[in-house]
Amino acid sequence: MSTAHSKKASAFLKNKDYTAWHDGTFWSVREKRDRMAAGLPEWEQLRDKASAIKRHTLSHLADYLEEFASNAEKNGVIVHWAADAGEFNAIVLEILRAHGVRKMVKSKSMLTEECGMNPFLEAHGIEVVETDLGERIIQLKGQKPSHIVMPAIHLSHDDVGRLFEEKGISDDIGNHDPTYLTWRARLSLRGEFLSAEAGMTGANFGIASTGDIVVCTNEGNADMSTSCPKLHIAAIGLEKIIPNYDSLAVFQRMLCRAGTGQPTTTYTSHFRGPRPGGEMHIVLVDNGRSSWLSDEDHRETLKCIRCGSCMNTCPVYRRSGGFSYSYFIPGPIGINLGMLRSPKDHSGNLSACTLCLSCQSVCPVKVNLGDQIYRWRQQLRDFGTYNMGKKMLSDTLSLGYGNKGLYDTATALFPAANIIPESVIPFRLRFPKKPFHSLIKELEDE
Amino acid sequence: MRVGLFIPCYVDAAFPQIGVASWKVLRHLGIDVTYPKGQTCCGQPMANGGFENKAVPLAVKFEKLFRDYDYVVTPSVSCAAFVRVNYPNLVKEECLTASKAMDIVEFLHDVVKPVGPLGSFPYKVSIHNSCHGVRELGLSSPSECNIPQFNKIKDLLLLKEGIKVVEPERKDECCGFGGLFSMEEKAVSEQMGADKIRRHAATGAQIVTGPDASCLMHLSASAKRLGINIGFKHVVEILAEGL
Repeated sequence: MSTAHSKKASAFLKNKDYTAWHDGTFWSVREKRDRMAAGLPEWEQLRDKASAIKRHTLSHLADYLEEFASNAEKNGVIVHWAADAGEFNAIVLEILRAHGVRKMVKSKSMLTEECGMNPFLEAHGIEVVETDLGERIIQLKGQKPSHIVMPAIHLSHDDVGRLFEEKGISDDIGNHDPTYLTWRARLSLRGEFLSAEAGMTGANFGIASTGDIVVCTNEGNADMSTSCPKLHIAAIGLEKIIPNYDSLAVFQRMLCRAGTGQPTTTYTSHFRGPRPGGEMHIVLVDNGRSSWLSDEDHRETLKCIRCGSCMNTCPVYRRSGGFSYSYFIPGPIGINLGMLRSPKDHSGNLSACTLCLSCQSVCPVKVNLGDQIYRWRQQLRDFGTYNMGKKMLSDTLSLGYGNKGLYDTATALFPAANIIPESVIPFRLRFPKKPFHSLIKELEDE
Repeated sequence: MRVGLFIPCYVDAAFPQIGVASWKVLRHLGIDVTYPKGQTCCGQPMANGGFENKAVPLAVKFEKLFRDYDYVVTPSVSCAAFVRVNYPNLVKEECLTASKAMDIVEFLHDVVKPVGPLGSFPYKVSIHNSCHGVRELGLSSPSECNIPQFNKIKDLLLLKEGIKVVEPERKDECCGFGGLFSMEEKAVSEQMGADKIRRHAATGAQIVTGPDASCLMHLSASAKRLGINIGFKHVVEILAEGL
């Protein structure tokens, strides 16, 4: 009864030391987050408020989108609407071509990963340089992110050191000191910032009342990407819109505390319009979101602010790693987003959950991640992606439990199962001679 | 106050002593308890595995057997939580059992409110806070939440004289059982079980106790695999000790 996820998880777990390190690293982020949450007496109220703001915004999304777009246009921003990944990529390519761009620097954006933008632009002769250090590392390595906030966390200093030597970024061979490597990365990126003709950012929030976008980074790379080149393109998913600055204050207090256990990101950058003599474009991307909004069972997923805290707390993610999931976003939120994207391709992740519900207790915006995984499992029959072994077991259990005669016979026979070796049954189950429903007769007489 | 005792399938077949202990504790505290005949399973294993439709006939049957009691009490948090959270969707007609179902720890703590002492138990025990007890029934404050700390299991255990109660590091991280999860994700499940039992053992406790025998069953397998010598008892078995 294995699944796509469990097969990869099993391979991941072969290296016990690495698994223990991986688990411990993310647990320590969870602990930092706990200390931050404990430091705000109003933490649980903030979660309620954040959830309510997201629900409100999502249920009035069309209005807020219009308000956002019209305010952004008033600020001199050129606003585009992309129905899907293909349209998004085409819009970006068109803007870049119109400006004769050959190289674009880019700060972190999971949306461009979702749309497959980098390979698309590269196929059209445009170089895209990631400027978030973690993203840059995995770009050079030709890998996908293993975590949405800490994309290269799966690599060690030595992995990065060897990679930088191979790519000519560092020349002090064997020096894998993180400070040295960071310095070399900074030098290398500085050149990229200065020679790029365009800069792209994602957005953590779009403020409807002002038309601003807000980008939170720890490295200042969004600011470098937008203050060197004259052309700024921001890619933003429809669900990132929030009503106003009051609501931003709620999310800004929670995002980084929940995600990395810091009181705030080092840089919280607000972009309202183009630089003098420059151009600013915002591309609002749907790519499935409006149809997910109409899915009553799963629309809560759209409340997510991509802090990554559900991954850090998930006992399965910590012990199986980001690459054990088939969708590019792993962990509890990734299981759910993958199912929204394509149940056929991503049903194999649904096993990666004990329903412990730690994810939804951690989530700063109260997305009911575990409850939704339970619901998705019920829908596998409709998708034709359920596990036959599991179905047969459930059928048998249901038959046995539904018929008292059968149940009594089976439980009377269970002690015979004691001879089954433990290699077959993964947990120790040793049956006593008499079940409770036989013992009760004596108890009732006492 | 009439209480219907629900002894879940796996407790009935594999851990009847937990049923006996539940019966003894409730009777000792003067509760009018009945064990309705014909009960089997609440349907949780199939539903959590994705076959809720297979749980529907069991839910309907459960509702019929237990609906006339004032409380439905069971020594298993995940079963109590399943009835409370999911039965309103499964039993199409009016569902009374969802609001009446209580885990025995919750029932003793919130309804019966015994004042000690309740006999003695001179051992050091480490509490296993089962996920559905913590996050669905509220037996203790979830470590994720910034709310006042409490633990109803601990409150009850402290009614025993001579007991020393501790919690492991990562006090409410999942043990990795998860029903069909333990079969589908065998490798992760075993790793979680190993990590969890090591943390329980590190407290120096002689016994691991919890409100759900399925977690304890999983942990005892992990202990055996690792050669860790530690005992396992359901909370209600400790409460019943010496009564």
